Amino acid sequence: MNKIKCECGHINPEGTVLCEACGKPVEENQHIDGNDDKKLLNMRYDGSARRSQTFKKSLIDKIWGFFSSVKVGVWLIVLTLVASIFGTIFPQEQFIPQDAVSRDPAIFYEDRYGIFGLIYYQLGFHHMYSSLWFIILIALIGVSLVICSLDRFIPLFRALRNQKPKKHKKFLSKQRLYSESSNVDDADIDKLVKNLKKSRYKITEEDGHVLAEKGRFSRWGPYVNHIGLIIILIAAILRSTPIMFSEDYMWVREGEQRVIPGTNNKYYIENKDFILETQNANDERFQEASLEEEIPVNYQTDVVIYEAKNADVVGAEPELEPILTYSIQMNNPAKFDKYTLYQQGYQLNEFKNMSFKIHETDDEKEESLGNFTIDLTNPESVYELDSGFRVELTNYYPDYIMTENGNPASETDHPRNPAFVVTVYPPDSDEGEVSFLGIGKNIDATGENEYKVAIEDVEFRDVSGIAISSDRTLPFFILGATIFMIGVIQGMYWQHRRVWINRDKDGSLLLAAHTNKNWYGIKRDIEKAIEGTNVSMARDQQELDE
Amino acid sequence: MDLYSISSNALLTAFILYLLATFFFGGAIRQNKSERNKQTKTGTIGLVITIIGFVSQLVYFITRWVITGHAPVSNLFEFTTFLGMSMIFAFIIIYIYYKNAFLGVFALPLATIIIAYASMFSTDVVPLQASLQNYWLSIHVTTVALGQGILFISFVAGLMYLIRQIDQTKLSWRNVMLELVIYCIFLFIGFIAVTTIFNVLSYEATFEVERDGQLVIAEYHLPPIAAPKDSTLLSENVMKSWFEAPAWMHGDEAGRKLNTVIWSFFGGSLIYGLALLISRRRIGERLQPLLKGVKPDMLDEIMYRSVAIGFPVFTLGGLIFAAIWAQIAWGRFWGWDPKEVWALITWFFYAAFLHLRLSRGWHGEKSGWLAVIGFAIIMFNLIVVNLVLASLHSYA
Ligand code: HEM
Repeated sequence: MNKIKCECGHINPEGTVLCEACGKPVEENQHIDGNDDKKLLNMRYDGSARRSQTFKKSLIDKIWGFFSSVKVGVWLIVLTLVASIFGTIFPQEQFIPQDAVSRDPAIFYEDRYGIFGLIYYQLGFHHMYSSLWFIILIALIGVSLVICSLDRFIPLFRALRNQKPKKHKKFLSKQRLYSESSNVDDADIDKLVKNLKKSRYKITEEDGHVLAEKGRFSRWGPYVNHIGLIIILIAAILRSTPIMFSEDYMWVREGEQRVIPGTNNKYYIENKDFILETQNANDERFQEASLEEEIPVNYQTDVVIYEAKNADVVGAEPELEPILTYSIQMNNPAKFDKYTLYQQGYQLNEFKNMSFKIHETDDEKEESLGNFTIDLTNPESVYELDSGFRVELTNYYPDYIMTENGNPASETDHPRNPAFVVTVYPPDSDEGEVSFLGIGKNIDATGENEYKVAIEDVEFRDVSGIAISSDRTLPFFILGATIFMIGVIQGMYWQHRRVWINRDKDGSLLLAAHTNKNWYGIKRDIEKAIEGTNVSMARDQQELDE
Repeated sequence: MDLYSISSNALLTAFILYLLATFFFGGAIRQNKSERNKQTKTGTIGLVITIIGFVSQLVYFITRWVITGHAPVSNLFEFTTFLGMSMIFAFIIIYIYYKNAFLGVFALPLATIIIAYASMFSTDVVPLQASLQNYWLSIHVTTVALGQGILFISFVAGLMYLIRQIDQTKLSWRNVMLELVIYCIFLFIGFIAVTTIFNVLSYEATFEVERDGQLVIAEYHLPPIAAPKDSTLLSENVMKSWFEAPAWMHGDEAGRKLNTVIWSFFGGSLIYGLALLISRRRIGERLQPLLKGVKPDMLDEIMYRSVAIGFPVFTLGGLIFAAIWAQIAWGRFWGWDPKEVWALITWFFYAAFLHLRLSRGWHGEKSGWLAVIGFAIIMFNLIVVNLVLASLHSYA
């Protein structure tokens, strides 16, 4: 490589704009940062040699140059931002409301939003955030982050480590804050330095030339925060693998004991009770409010979690051992092993079982000739009654609807609107009578039935919707977010300030200063430091016109 | 006096004190070059009044907390009031550092408008929904508000920069856009004025609306220009509506919200028109000489610094704490819900702002526009996303 030797003796890498040691502009490289003789120096990255600005020939150089450009980075951010906005115009597919005509996106968007909805759907904006091109955008931001950080961090680190207190006059005079003072004696300088020390500047001296510096570590802030962002992106990629993240959903009824999905049959859950509490204006605190509706303040499922001791023995009846008794509430999930259970849904008053009696059709007293009870989640096919009657459950529709062509059907498997076709065999008879039974329906198919089946009692229970998740990526997200926060705070709440105090050949004192942000602050520092000395205040050479 | 009236009186007191302090900052403006950035007596009085107002608002906050039993940031009124309080807080900090009285003249009235805007929403105390019963929620919401309060200062400084620097001698894109920003502020004032007037008049119009085969009642507190879709007017002696809300606007409240928006445009345009008539120039042009005495460099720096300070606070509150809360409540720390997405958009935007400034040298006017747009995004999230786009966040 073509090293550049400065007149101060320091050897700089190829592409250097300002000598790492003395700051003298390297003549042939001033075009890189757009410096020109009439303007102040461009101090970004301290004029260090960045790969992207130095090598531009090969394909790799070009790719590197492309991704290391902040312009490209900002474009990627802005594109992602605009795409995100488009995703919020209409609800994303997972937010299609329950009461929609259809939850099928192909129907919903056009039905509700007309032609715009259709276009929205056809462009795939209804699953914007999981679409390939959105993910590619995010990935490109990641690539850009890595490359642009490497491109700048290493040379900047070098330049700041190699800097010397003695600077070239051109470097000093073309700083934004600069002053020359004559007849300054050593006592003045001593005082100045002491004052700067008091303001917690670190002083480096060399042959009477002084560099006062503070907050250099804040220069690493952006690189630290970018590392945090990269960790978050990696965590997001990990999250798409089943080992690191899995999620399941289950419905569990009151009194029911079920295996928890996604746990390889290792854990079981029993729903002891589901509780929904609401509150209204009766509470004295809320008297000011005229509440028409009750506000739900608690969703809770009391559960027992069991561990199956012999889950790996195929076919064996599981031996369940209770390991946790817990009240899962919204905002209060249950945790065990690597699983977390969240309260997420509920269904009140699902039918649990229905009891029926049989009586003679023309018996006005409806005297019972036998009773039976159907367990709606676990119906039997035949019920033998003590009185000798036999009832065959010919057809069962847990969630009965009448289809368009007039056939009975079940919309879901949940017993929300149960209906049955039963065949009643009187004692010692092979001739059955068919009846259709449902809520508020009792239809006699032939109109000639001798016996009638009547609903006597219904028992209800609640169903609780529980989400099960096993997420091992959380620590990575937390780590990434923490590093990001440390990085931004480091870069934002501290500034890198430097004050150079050099003696010129003619004995006058040159004072120059640079900060990466908050010029008002560094001016105050200098004002405080020169108090009581003959050093003149540094002039701001870049103040906007008034 | 019971606690509830102490609480609302404290808020009212704060409101009045902020307006009073504005006048003192106005008096503290020094056009004289040598006196700038020096602490003046009037400026100090302004600061003290602002601080007393802030303390008074703190009294409101604490007493309301006692009444409701939870941090009062759980509905639109409470949250927006708290946002106003954070803006004042951010202003106090920045003022103590920069001693710039001009900033007070702009920041205080704008923050006061936000507080007045907040009081247009229901101030009733209601029980806390299950999903909100988590102290992480309060931490999340207060931190977000604090971050937005600091970013508000960057908006104020940016706006002042634009008013100060944009050439007003002839009509141009830039000063028309600036005027549009000022007009938007007038829309807020219009909304507040119209709502207050009809509140005082106890105006009411009731509609019966058919919704999925059921009849529901919709109540209007402003004369109905836009009626709800498929509705019949029940009240007598009220204005006949001009049209019904279009079908693509969904939700029971769509008609009423649209009506409010229309009224805000009417009220705001009327007040803006009057202001124009009185000043006989663009408002931006009228304000420009007022800012002659402030250094544009200083405004530019305040603008950047408040983004530099506000951005990490916003990230912490709006993304990180929000994610922690969502994780505990629902088991998913990120769900692409519109409110979340808009927090992310805000974050991306300010990240772009910082990069453009640092690496592409977007200082001064360009930066000023970005600061204004950034705050517009925050306001969009507060108003449009809450009131229009469906969202999980309860007070939405
Ligand atoms: C959303 C993603 C990003 C966030 C949140 C972010 C955040 C930040 C922050 C807070 C700073 C410090 C700014 C300041 O001190 O004013 C910064 C600096 C910087 N960022 Fe990013 N960044 C992101 C993406 C990128 C990308 C994609 C690039 C690549 C082109 C990039 C390149 C840089 C550079 C070059 C600096 C300046 C470092 C310096 O001059 O010291 N950033 N970033």
